[in-house]
Amino acid sequence: MQTFNFLKPNRSNIKNYSIIGSFLVLVSLIDVISNAFLKINLTSFLPGSITTLFPLITGLIGLNMMRIDYSGNKTLDLLNKNINTNNFNALLTLLILFSIIKALPQSLSWMIFDATISGDSKDACTGTGACWTYIKVWFRRFMYGMYPNEFHWRINTAFILVIAFGFVGYFMKENLKKYLALYYVIIYPVIAYLVIYYLISGGSFGLQWVETGAWGGLSLTFIVSFFCLIFCFPLGMIFALGRRSSLPAIKYISICYIEFWRGVPLITVLFMSSVMFPMFLPEDFFMDKLVRVIIAITLFEAAYCAEVIRGGLQSLPRGQYDAAKSLGMGYWKMHIFVILPQALKLVIPGIANTFLALVKDTPLIFVVGLAELAGMLALAKTNPKWLGFAMEGYIFASIIFWIICYAMSKYSYNLEAKYKTER
Amino acid sequence: MSDPIIKIQNMNKWFGDFQVLKNINLEVEANKKIVVCGPSGSGKSTLIRCINRLEEHQEGDIIVDGNELSEKTKDIEKIRAEVGMVFQQFNLFPHLSILDNCTLAPIWVKKMPKKEAQELALDQLKKVQIDDQANKFPGQLSGGQQQRCAIARALCMQPKIMLFDEPTSALDPEMIKEVLDAMVSLAKGGMTMIVVTHEMGFAKEVADEVIFMDEGMIIEKADTKEFFANPKSDRTKLFLSQIL
Repeated sequence: MQTFNFLKPNRSNIKNYSIIGSFLVLVSLIDVISNAFLKINLTSFLPGSITTLFPLITGLIGLNMMRIDYSGNKTLDLLNKNINTNNFNALLTLLILFSIIKALPQSLSWMIFDATISGDSKDACTGTGACWTYIKVWFRRFMYGMYPNEFHWRINTAFILVIAFGFVGYFMKENLKKYLALYYVIIYPVIAYLVIYYLISGGSFGLQWVETGAWGGLSLTFIVSFFCLIFCFPLGMIFALGRRSSLPAIKYISICYIEFWRGVPLITVLFMSSVMFPMFLPEDFFMDKLVRVIIAITLFEAAYCAEVIRGGLQSLPRGQYDAAKSLGMGYWKMHIFVILPQALKLVIPGIANTFLALVKDTPLIFVVGLAELAGMLALAKTNPKWLGFAMEGYIFASIIFWIICYAMSKYSYNLEAKYKTER
Repeated sequence: MSDPIIKIQNMNKWFGDFQVLKNINLEVEANKKIVVCGPSGSGKSTLIRCINRLEEHQEGDIIVDGNELSEKTKDIEKIRAEVGMVFQQFNLFPHLSILDNCTLAPIWVKKMPKKEAQELALDQLKKVQIDDQANKFPGQLSGGQQQRCAIARALCMQPKIMLFDEPTSALDPEMIKEVLDAMVSLAKGGMTMIVVTHEMGFAKEVADEVIFMDEGMIIEKADTKEFFANPKSDRTKLFLSQIL
């Protein structure tokens, strides 16, 4: 690289060098952009292979001219530190930038410029772009499944009520705060169950009965995820404590439970819950398929939660146990006031991970005939009137799942930041 | 002579195959201050951890305030509530403020009303001179301040006996003094104390008796003056010559 030394800037000439360098990078970008968007080859006067490599070479020389250990200019230093540390990284940066630019026009025209959203049948989609009409027409199905259109307000009301009850904790009076855990672990799920049962299932108060087979779409995703999340966490906590118990019976029951559920695939658990499980029940005993599925997923995920929480328990120093014991605290007081608050704080990232996986596992309930969002897509794409739009559906579903999961992970970061103060 | 508040008879303890404590006999009367010293690994810490049953002993009897400690002891929590302990590594609860560290056990173990517990805690924190830090978290305090808080936390349970497990070993030299000062004033207040420490100055100032341990045995047990002026065994003489 001795020959390129004249291209190396130093602190005295960095200003001129960075101007020339950024100009060269700009030229390379303009060349690629015009090539991709306007289909004009600005460098057509150059011989074949050089034309293709022109932006890459110009960009590399430009970045090379800007590279300096410390310039004092914040933006330049940031750029150098992160994407321009050496020639190889500069090359990667340019290649990634160019491929994004190259891919943009096609995807933009498919998703937006050539896409169709008007009309309400397949015939409206004549263009080469995406057919968002399909999503528009099926939107209610994707949201509410086969639930009768005129009753959709019931689902909306139920969700608003459940969310409202969830916020009770924020407004609880100071002297009732100690019952908060009790509220969220026992009372809240019961309230949520009753709300969903009476509003969405109906059957009383003059509301027509809608069986769970008709439920579906995103609302079913929410219902399944909600109950599984809210039940699997306390259950996981119990098994995590159980696995560390000094009583052999409790310890080995916990180990068996955890190892059993971690060892079987979720899909077989779901099959079992819907096919095998009813065989073991008495004739006159009926349990709804949705309830069975929720129980199955809860038991399954609780095993994962238990191991994550156990990791947190193990990371606490022994001194914390000693100190709590020496103050006269028994097992439960020690865990409730000293151990669990610290351990649970440590496992927020792991728990968030498990919960995200749980939400993304819900589409599996399609195998037992419950069609949540991804399930409805699978049904819709096989509808004879709407063949050939699977792509649009999957993009729509992935955007929705991404929003849900991103919101959850954001929330977990907030929790972490909120409880971080002490250490 | 009143009945001893702690009575240990022919106590033996093993960690696996290794015998940590060999035939320990010890009686401590109320309001007495005992200092336990000895080389590391001699079983000092294990001995005082046995007194509130953070470690279980396998043979012999330990009687604390009239209650025998054994597997059958049901209310071990009750006995522990009467025996305060201060650890080498402070072991404050990092998720609670200094004040909450002190009020947690009185509120939940002794069922003390919150107001009363807070007043008591502030009172104890004032005695160790960190009442102005009450709303901070342990992580924001220096080592010496944390250890003084740990002493205050133990005192908030109003124990009859205080155990100190090398309370100054993890501290900078400058901070040792502030912790020792707090312990001296506690001793002057008449608390029964068993202190594992290498601070011989502290031992000379407050201890009634000094116990020297080596290899899991009590080698020498004597009045403080006697112990320093006229040690009997050679092992003790060697130890004293090295640390004094």
